[in-house]
Amino acid sequence: MLLNRNYTTVWIVLSIALGVVFFFSLRWGAIIISSEEIFSSVSNYFSSDALTLNERIFLNIRLPRAITCLLVGACLAMAGVLMQALFRNPIVEPGLVGTSSGAAFGASLYFVLGATFQFNAGVWTLPLAASIGGALATVVVFLFSHRKGGTQSIISLLLTGIAVNALCLSGVGLMSYLARDPQARSITFWNLGTLSGANWNSVLVIGASTLICFLVSLRLVKSLNALAMGEEEALYLGVNMNRLKVSVLTVTVVLVAVATAFVGVISFIGLIVPHLLRLIKGSDNRYLLIGSVLLGALLLSLADLAARLLLAPAELPIGIVTSAIGVPVFILLLRRNRHYF
Amino acid sequence: MLKLDTISSSIGSKKLLNQISVSFFPGKINLIIGPNGSGKSTLIKAMSKQIPYDGNIFYEEVNLQNISLRHLSKFRAVLSQHTEIAFPLKVWEVVMMGRYPHFTTSPGKQDEQAVREAMHYFEINLLADRDYSTLSGGEKQRVNFARVLAQIWFSTPGRCRYLFLDEPLTFLDVNFQYQFMAKLQLFEQKNDLVIVGVVHDLNLASKFGDSILLLNEGKVASFGKPEEVLTEENIERSFKIKPSIFQHEGAVIISF
Repeated sequence: MLLNRNYTTVWIVLSIALGVVFFFSLRWGAIIISSEEIFSSVSNYFSSDALTLNERIFLNIRLPRAITCLLVGACLAMAGVLMQALFRNPIVEPGLVGTSSGAAFGASLYFVLGATFQFNAGVWTLPLAASIGGALATVVVFLFSHRKGGTQSIISLLLTGIAVNALCLSGVGLMSYLARDPQARSITFWNLGTLSGANWNSVLVIGASTLICFLVSLRLVKSLNALAMGEEEALYLGVNMNRLKVSVLTVTVVLVAVATAFVGVISFIGLIVPHLLRLIKGSDNRYLLIGSVLLGALLLSLADLAARLLLAPAELPIGIVTSAIGVPVFILLLRRNRHYF
Repeated sequence: MLKLDTISSSIGSKKLLNQISVSFFPGKINLIIGPNGSGKSTLIKAMSKQIPYDGNIFYEEVNLQNISLRHLSKFRAVLSQHTEIAFPLKVWEVVMMGRYPHFTTSPGKQDEQAVREAMHYFEINLLADRDYSTLSGGEKQRVNFARVLAQIWFSTPGRCRYLFLDEPLTFLDVNFQYQFMAKLQLFEQKNDLVIVGVVHDLNLASKFGDSILLLNEGKVASFGKPEEVLTEENIERSFKIKPSIFQHEGAVIISF
């Protein structure tokens, strides 16, 4: 009787796959960058030699974009794991419970009205605006679908999610209606999700928040596992439910809102990744959390590659690619989890 | 020892518990009986600090108000009626949850030992790698029993352990019910274990209970040895139905 699970194989396979995909996402795109150029750009950057055009494209556009993509994938997948554990339901994800659209609304509000209100907090302004919007939307959905005794009715959860999503998206619509042309265009891009705006700044901000959220979440996994048995049992095991709920919601909102602030609304990563991980090996939240960082980064990088290559040299919004994969998986999950309804 | 001193609790204007004062001692099986809505489960919840109450509850000398939920979970375990798990977890992972109060990140040697021994005791070794959600009702409850006992598996010198059972036998067949109670009897011999359980079946209470608390409308209707509590008058007054009581091999048998 082995009272431990060996996840090493999973970690190794996922890491190798991630490395390969990352390498290709550095090379392929509107311009194909050779491996030599990748290495030479790095060495030339440090030796302060003049950079060629391709080397500059690699350093200033391709590399930050690829890293942003990894980080955003990890963010959204982690948020999916945390939310599913909190709501005790495998078909929940940040896009369904309003976090993403709330964040999009908050951010578009800042885009259009930020100058008017002179609201400014440096590089953190946009993430902050998005976080506030995402937090409000999530809390509203959580409270309205909450039943006495701490169970979440999945139907009222999804319905409230639909309502709040619709409200936020019409808010975004209103903002783009009010906006001047360049603002409106950036709002539109955002709703579809795009990584084309990624730069070193976004790497820094998303990277910092992802790391902090990951470390905080690692401390919550045990409580979240206990919560799988319901709130009462979790209390018997000494879990402070209110603190847990507040922590998980805060972490999720920060994860999703910061990602959304830079790359727009990308749905279904938070749904697909935990599901795949459960299929691979178990439902322990520690495994899911660490695995979601790897698999989330991997899947979003693949989606980004597809987005860049399918219509090259033009580019598909990445949100469309993830939705195209995610919707069938979601419907499949709904059918398999009929007993929830 | 667990001492309840004038415990009252109400929801709105309805009094669920009314001035309950009893003491439960270690080394005995204390069973709570009573009609529906008499406050049995509410009492277990109050004793676990799950609901607000008036009065005082003492774990040995310490007032429950001064014990944090986290600390309480190290020496008090509760077995519920039935437990559904939202995600597919393996049986041993569920049993290991009982050890959660005792470790921070990953289980230590002692935790693994407790889980192994508890699983062995409830004969679920062979189910260790099964998905919990695929088990039958009886198997699930055995897993949960192993889980809550793993939670309080080791005794701490100078402190009692507490095991509360909140109608854990309701959905089980006769065979399982008697198996459970027999396992429990083996445990009561530990003189640092305070067992308090809610049961529905009066004959089960009479056969396995060392002391019985009869609740009616939130009040103590009777408390004492089975033959003192399970009398015709007591049962008729509380349950509003007249029983016939027989003696068989030293045990009281109740028939309606």
